[in-house]
Amino acid sequence: MKHWYKILSVILILYTLVWGLLNPVPRLDILNETIRNVYYHVPIWFAMLFMMGVSLVQSIQTLTKNKLDNDTKAYNAALVGFFFSLPGLTTGSIWAKFTWGTWWTFQDPKLNGVAISILIYLAYFILRFSVDDELKRARISAVYNVFAFVMMNVFIMILPRLTDSLHPGNGGNPAFSKYDMDSNMRMVFYPAVIGWVLFSYWLFEIKNRISFIKIKLND
Amino acid sequence: MIASLIKKELLLEFRQKSTIGGVIVYVIGTIFVSALCFKGKLDKPTWNALFWVITLFTSVTISGKSFLKETGGQALFNFLHYSPTQFIVAKILYNMVFMLLLSFITFFFYAFFIKNEVENLSLFFIVLILASTGLAAILSLMSAIASKASGNFAIMSILSFPVLMPLILVVIRISKQAVDGIEWAAVGFSFIGILVALNVLTITLSFLLFPYLWRD
Repeated sequence: MKHWYKILSVILILYTLVWGLLNPVPRLDILNETIRNVYYHVPIWFAMLFMMGVSLVQSIQTLTKNKLDNDTKAYNAALVGFFFSLPGLTTGSIWAKFTWGTWWTFQDPKLNGVAISILIYLAYFILRFSVDDELKRARISAVYNVFAFVMMNVFIMILPRLTDSLHPGNGGNPAFSKYDMDSNMRMVFYPAVIGWVLFSYWLFEIKNRISFIKIKLND
Repeated sequence: MIASLIKKELLLEFRQKSTIGGVIVYVIGTIFVSALCFKGKLDKPTWNALFWVITLFTSVTISGKSFLKETGGQALFNFLHYSPTQFIVAKILYNMVFMLLLSFITFFFYAFFIKNEVENLSLFFIVLILASTGLAAILSLMSAIASKASGNFAIMSILSFPVLMPLILVVIRISKQAVDGIEWAAVGFSFIGILVALNVLTITLSFLLFPYLWRD
């Protein structure tokens, strides 16, 4: 059964989509029913970070093993992760409009961090396009990817904890402590995280297969 | 070995008087344009932000060429004579001194043409030193990458700006305290700690990653 994770991801995502809208949630000021977005908005970011992590591992392997396969995989993982940042931004923006009253704010370090991460990965793609030689491209872009991943994590994991944020769980607190998630919500939130992470991995595998077929056709 | 590399860099820089002169004229020009645009109507946060934006742009422009001249025969010579670790350490050290000089020049002309808002000067100079170190570590590696990637100028800024942001934001925050003249007892030392940690992190990363860019 090598397809188990694909089936599991579909089941988990369907379950969270349906039960996320039906199950009871705590009544909180301002948040009200929008708290359900935590099932969609947050897991998508987890999926993106997971894919960026996969991209980092593949880039490190490119450097140590000097193989082109790993470079292709690193690129595909970054592409899938980048793809996930778009729905992450959209759901976040809509949520912000209904709770903070604005589509985008520069007051929040997490939002700035996301904008910077997107710029970093756009730079990574442009760097790849500007080098023609395959082996050279693999090494250069792997170096940038490793450096950029560390900087991105400094930005979105460490800096927000030092300043006040509109996001819950920041300003010195560990994440989630202020979400006021009760056991009902956890029943949906954790499956949603697992479901989206598995789904991103599935997309990554499909991208890899397409790339390797293309490479074979070109040879 | 490292000393001889730094000496070589210095000789190259000062033999070509156009480079060091060009840098000073570039800085003066930028500051003069800003001074005319703002006409002295700057409050403290704007003063602080503008200073670091000018420093950021100048250092990216200047260090972009740091590796550009190391191509062709020069690159082959370096490859045969030096080890990559010696080379990157020399580059970072040289760029560090150069950036520090540059930021002091920028500060001098900025204070001269616009005005000097800094009330805690010693804290401000500590920030300048730490910022120059961080900029040198990040920009040396980025310049090495950009020189391998067809070496056009735009790629240098595209690669550098996003990875410089964490450094610049922390720097601006401490520098704001210096501008506001906060006394030493009330200074947020956690931020200085973070800045030092960021410098150590970026220097280590450049040191570890540069050898992979070495071979062509």
